[in-house]
Amino acid sequence: MPAKGWIEVSDQYCKGCELCISACPQGVIELDMSRLTPKGYHPAHLFKDGCTGCAICALVCPDAAITVYREVVKAAPAGA
Amino acid sequence: MATLDVEIVKPENQVYCRPHSFTDFSTHYCPGCTHGVAHRLIAEALDEMGVQERTIGVAPVGCSVFAYNYFDVDFVEAAHGRAPAMATGIKRVLPDRVVFTYQGDGDLASIGMAEIMHAAGRGENITVIFINNAIYGMTGGQMAPTTLPGQKTTSSPLGRDVELQGYPLRMSEMIAKMDGAGYVVRRSLHDPANIRKAKKAIRTAFETQVRGLGFSMVELLSTCPTNWGITPIDALKWVETNMVPVFPIGDFKVSSAVGDLRF
Amino acid sequence: MARQLIKGNEAMAEAAVRAGLEAYFGYPITPQTEILEHLSRRLPELGRAFVQAESEVAAINMVYGAACTGVRVMSSSSSPGVSLMMEGISYIAGTEVPCVLINVMRGGPGLGNIAPAQGDYFQAVYGGGHGDYKPIVLAPSTVQESIDLTVLAFDLAEKYRAIAMVLTDGSLGQMMEPAELPELRPVVRKDWDWAVTGAMGRPRRILSSIYLEPHDEEITNLRLMKRWFEIEKHEVRYKEYYLDDAEIVVVGFGTAGRVALSAVREARQMGLKVGLLRPVTLSPFPFHVLDELSKQAQGFLVVEMNTGQMLNDVLLAVKGRAPVEFYGRPGGVVPFADEILAEIQRMTSSPLSVAGDPRKAWLERMLAAAK
Repeated sequence: MPAKGWIEVSDQYCKGCELCISACPQGVIELDMSRLTPKGYHPAHLFKDGCTGCAICALVCPDAAITVYREVVKAAPAGA
Repeated sequence: MATLDVEIVKPENQVYCRPHSFTDFSTHYCPGCTHGVAHRLIAEALDEMGVQERTIGVAPVGCSVFAYNYFDVDFVEAAHGRAPAMATGIKRVLPDRVVFTYQGDGDLASIGMAEIMHAAGRGENITVIFINNAIYGMTGGQMAPTTLPGQKTTSSPLGRDVELQGYPLRMSEMIAKMDGAGYVVRRSLHDPANIRKAKKAIRTAFETQVRGLGFSMVELLSTCPTNWGITPIDALKWVETNMVPVFPIGDFKVSSAVGDLRF
Repeated sequence: MARQLIKGNEAMAEAAVRAGLEAYFGYPITPQTEILEHLSRRLPELGRAFVQAESEVAAINMVYGAACTGVRVMSSSSSPGVSLMMEGISYIAGTEVPCVLINVMRGGPGLGNIAPAQGDYFQAVYGGGHGDYKPIVLAPSTVQESIDLTVLAFDLAEKYRAIAMVLTDGSLGQMMEPAELPELRPVVRKDWDWAVTGAMGRPRRILSSIYLEPHDEEITNLRLMKRWFEIEKHEVRYKEYYLDDAEIVVVGFGTAGRVALSAVREARQMGLKVGLLRPVTLSPFPFHVLDELSKQAQGFLVVEMNTGQMLNDVLLAVKGRAPVEFYGRPGGVVPFADEILAEIQRMTSSPLSVAGDPRKAWLERMLAAAK
């Protein structure tokens, strides 16, 4: 069962460069065109379910704007 | 909008957050510029090694002139190209501190050529992070010593003509030939796999310094979307397609002591 | 400590070591290379830092780095090498960190020669590098004074977070005289509140000469200026010889001042009322002393080993109240006492005037004599 993840993208740092969008293996990130950060960028956000918390978005982010959470799914006990 | 499962967002589930060695400043770098990635990897390495409090950074002249605003460590500002000399002055009087320079291709390979060659030649126990984006960013996109043949810049508007303007300089290869160099490698920041390798190299470079194993340098192939005139995503591809063939990724000097390091 | 026969360059180098020099970064250049060579042996002996840099450019930037950590650091060079250091000097001034520099002047401009000269007065006293700043400039005229002023330079540099330059020449650097060195001071690392040493247990610091916002740069410039006036108020030094009843005042620094003293003594033997003012701090300059003297003297004779640099400051100080004449030997030529005595005699036996350009008059006499 794949891990479940979540990302928080900071409005203070995100510059809407889209590198995370391009890198995300699950394709679950896009720019939020409905709002702007204080600097006037459209920030990135999760737009659909499916984030696995792989943190590749945070790896490529030039602004360290992303905090990544991953729920560790415990393996089922043997024989279950 | 994805649905938030509040069960996931818990401190114990946090697998990545902003490095501790970063200040709260938002950087002035262009959106998608890989300076930010390089900065982040350095900060992560300093955090992992627990050396934030004894690190002294030397900022260059170039887009990263304000690097001192982004790292929460003691910092000094060098004149253009002189960072390795300043770092030498600091490391010689404070040998137990972690001293690093952060330099672009104009700072290191043009005006600072003498200083970097001799710091490496002397085997100064400093770490140099060299950002190679084949152009002069801060001053608006002029030709750099690392500009590719045929590449158009504001001072080579018809494309770099090797007959008149020479060939790009491969700094890692040249510096690796110095006996004083302990660890000299080139990595790239153009995709996640390469960023991971770059992180490992930066960590190794700092470990080289901390163990007194000689001069260390990590050259990082980087983007300049603004002055290349393309999007950040296309810029990453440009590095892969155009820069990597001219500036091969690899290890040019890994002394046996550095090669044996495990951390 | 006992007096010993010692060469000027070596004396300055050892004086710095005794004063607690922790780091020296330099490059060979005649006529001061003995400083580099002496320290290449002494500093490692004491476990202190020494690097022969790849150029004077690199050397001054190594000084800049070490100065940011608050240790006592020095470089030395001679005229062409000091020109190379000007960028770094401006940065050090703009960052307000202390350091000591020694310039053993030689004939110029350009590559010139390796003979003694005083052609870098303007460069030293008026900053030399870009921007508004002035270093403290000290001018010895004997080997003993070279020792004393080198030690003083470190104290002044730290006191004012300034650059202190010992401005000497090839003659003083190379000559050997009996002199006394101070005791070897142990190195004491001070806990400055501005130094960059790694932010252990304190907020981190940045040392930079960047003030991107013009108003911030203005504030910095005003701060430097205010500090300069403090230096001017407290640190002017000079030597007076036979000035009480002097009608002709000779003004000279360094070797020129030393040779002029011989001429003045001979003139006194001949019954001429001549005295000598020898500035020891060229920056801050003893303007007020000349101002006072100009009310009593009938004429000034400025003697330098250049084409008239301190001359400008003397003219400024005298404010046209008395005639000022000039005698210079540029290019690495060292004047003899009898030349200066001849000038004194000329001045005491012919009318003097505030009108006219002293430099031009001197040049005409020089060119006429050359024929």
